[in-house]
Amino acid sequence: MTDQTAGGVVLAADGTPLKASLNRALRKSRIRALLLVAPLLLFILFSFLIPIFDMMFRSVDNWHVGTLMPKTSAALADWDGKALPEEPVFAALVADLQAGAKSREIGKVGRRLNYEKSGMRSMVVSSARKSKRLKNGPYKAKVLKMHKKWRDLETWTVIKRNTAPYTIGYYLNAVDMKYDKNGDIVMQNKNRRIYGKLFLRTFAISLAITVICVILAYPISFLLATLPLRYSNLLMIFVLLPFWTSLLVRTTAWIAMLQSQGVLNDLFVFFGFVAEENRLQLIHNLTGTIIAMTHILLPFMVLPLYSVMKTIPPTYMRAALSLGANPVVAFVRIYMPLTLAGIGAGSILVFILSIGYYITPALVGGTGGTLISNQIAYHMQSSLNWGLAGALGAILLFSVLGFYLLYNKIVGIDNMKLG
Amino acid sequence: MPPPAYAGPVETTWYYGFRLICAFIFIFLITPILIIVPLSFNVEPYFTFTQGMLAFDPDAYSLRWYEDFISNTQWTHSVQNSFIIAIAATVLATVLGTLAALGLSNANMPYRALTMGLLISPMIVPLIISAAGMYFFYSNIGLDQTYLGIILAHTALGTPFVVITVTATLVGFDHSLTRASANLGAGPTTTFFKITMPLILPGVISGALFAFITSFDEVVVVLFLAGFEQRTIPRQMWSGIREQISPTILAVATILVMISIALLATLELLRRRGERMRGISPG
Repeated sequence: MTDQTAGGVVLAADGTPLKASLNRALRKSRIRALLLVAPLLLFILFSFLIPIFDMMFRSVDNWHVGTLMPKTSAALADWDGKALPEEPVFAALVADLQAGAKSREIGKVGRRLNYEKSGMRSMVVSSARKSKRLKNGPYKAKVLKMHKKWRDLETWTVIKRNTAPYTIGYYLNAVDMKYDKNGDIVMQNKNRRIYGKLFLRTFAISLAITVICVILAYPISFLLATLPLRYSNLLMIFVLLPFWTSLLVRTTAWIAMLQSQGVLNDLFVFFGFVAEENRLQLIHNLTGTIIAMTHILLPFMVLPLYSVMKTIPPTYMRAALSLGANPVVAFVRIYMPLTLAGIGAGSILVFILSIGYYITPALVGGTGGTLISNQIAYHMQSSLNWGLAGALGAILLFSVLGFYLLYNKIVGIDNMKLG
Repeated sequence: MPPPAYAGPVETTWYYGFRLICAFIFIFLITPILIIVPLSFNVEPYFTFTQGMLAFDPDAYSLRWYEDFISNTQWTHSVQNSFIIAIAATVLATVLGTLAALGLSNANMPYRALTMGLLISPMIVPLIISAAGMYFFYSNIGLDQTYLGIILAHTALGTPFVVITVTATLVGFDHSLTRASANLGAGPTTTFFKITMPLILPGVISGALFAFITSFDEVVVVLFLAGFEQRTIPRQMWSGIREQISPTILAVATILVMISIALLATLELLRRRGERMRGISPG
C-alpha cells in the first residue's frame, strides 16, 4: 500500500498520507466499538443505574415541608429560632394546614416530621383538622391552644430545619444519630440504637460465614486439585450441583433438614444424642442463617481456591520435603502462602455476597438471624419509610463497592471465573 | 486409591483422616439437595421421613404432591410466568450482552475499564438494593406489576454474565480471521454470522444459560415488582414457605433440581467442546 512518497510523507495507495489514513481507520474502529457497546450501556443506564440513583436521591430528598407548606416555609426563612415565631408565621401555618387538609396531602408532612420527632404526625394531622374552623386571626393564640406541642420551641426548630430541600436526617437515623433540642447532632438514646448494631451484626455474621467457608473449602479444594482428573471431575459435581440449584430449593431443603421435626433432629433423637422432648432449635435463629448461608456460599469459595491450587506444581511440596522440612512445616511455609490469592478472592466474594443477602435470612433467620437487607425490605414494604430504606441501602451499597474495589485489585474483574 | 506404599503409620492415618474430613464436607454439600427428592414422595404432609418411608413401605410413598403441583392453577401459572419472563430476558440479555462484548474486546474501545465496570454493576450491587431502586423507579413510570417491568429488570441482572463469558471467549479469538473474511469480500454481517458467531458460540450459550438461570431463580426483584399476575416459581415457593407450608414445594424443588442437573450437563458439554475447538486438552 505504501509505494509512493511525496516530500517525505508516506502515502497510502489512494494518495492520502498514511498517517491520516491510519487515523481514520482507528477512528472508525473506535466508533464501531462504541456503537456495539452503546445499546447495552443505554439499557443498563435506564433499567438499572438510574433506578439506583433514584433510590439514593430519595435518601436525601426532603420535598415534603417545602412543597406542601410553602407559606410557612417562606415565613420561617428569617426566624432566628430563639423564641416562638410571631403572628405572620402562624397565619402562614394556618393557611398551609387548611390547604393541606383540603388536598388531603397534609398527612405526608406529618409522616415526614414524625421521622424526625415522634408525636409530630398526630400534632400536624389533628391541627389540620381543627384548622378548618379558624376563620380569622390573630392565629397565634388559637394555634397554641390547638396542640400543646406548638408551644414547644423544638417543634419549630424541626419544621424550619426541614424546609430545606435536602436532608441528612435519614442518614443520621441510619447511623443511630439524631438532632437534639438545639439542632445539634448527637447519638440516639441507648435503647433506640438499632442500625449500628444491625450493621455490626451483618458484618460479624458475614465474617463468620466467610471464615467457616474458608475452613470447609480449603480441604476439599486441596483434594480436588490433587486427585487425578477422572476422580476430581466426578467430585466436582458435589460442588457444582449445589451451585446450580435454585436458592429457594436449597433454602427449602435446609428447612426440611433443620426444623424441630426435621431430618437432622430425627437422626439425633434416633441415635440418642438429644431426648425426644428437647429437640434442638436449629432454625428461625442465628444458627439456621449461618448453616444455610454457609452451604449456599461454599461453592463461591471452593471454585476460586480450586483454580489457584490447580496452578501450584506438586514438585514444590516434594522439594520442601526432600530438603528436610516435615510435612506440616512444608505445608504452612510453602503451600499455604501460594494459596493466599485464592483465599483472598474467595473470601471477598463470599463476604460481599453475604452482607447483601436477603432471601435466606428472611426465611430461616427468625428474629435473631436477620441482616441489614431484611431491615431495608421492612422499611420498603411495611413501615414505608423510603428515605430511611434509601439511606440504609446507600450505606450498604458503598460498603459493598469498597470491598468490590478490593476484589478487583486482588483478582481483576477480567479473571472472574464462572462455573 | 490407597496411600502410597512408603507411607508410615502417621501418614496413613492422616491420609485416611483427611479423606474422611473431605467426605463429611461433601456430604454437607450434597445431602440437603438429595434429601428433598425422597421427601417429595411422602404420602403424609410432613417435611420428614415417616416410619413407613424408612421401612420402604410402598404405601408410604405417593405422587400426590406432584399431582397437586400439576393440578394447582397457581403453580402452573407460575411455571408459565417463569418461562415467559426467563426466555424473554435471556434473549434480550444475550443479544445486548454479545454485542457489547464484541465492542469491549476491540482494542480501540475508549474507557474500556469504566464501561466494563458499569456494565457488570448489576452483578455486584446487592439484589435488595437493585430491587429497591427498581421498585421506586419502575412504579414512577408505570412499569411495576407488569411483565415488561420484570423482563427488563431480569435482563439487566442477566447481562453481566453474558458480557463476562463472551468477553472471555473473545480473549482467545484470532482477529485475522475476520480480516481474512473481509478481504475475501464478505460484509460485516456475513463475517459475523459465518466466522465470528460459530467460534464464540460456546461462550454465548453459557452466558445465555447464566442469564436464564439468573432470571429463573430470581425472587427479590419479583417480590418487589411483581403483582399477583406475574408470580414466578420462586415467588410461589417463597409464599409457600412463608404461608402454607406443604410438601408441594418439595415436589417443585425436586423438579428444579432435575433442571439444574440438565443445565450442569449442558455447560460441561459446552466446556469440553470449547476446549476441543481451541485445542486445549481437558483440565
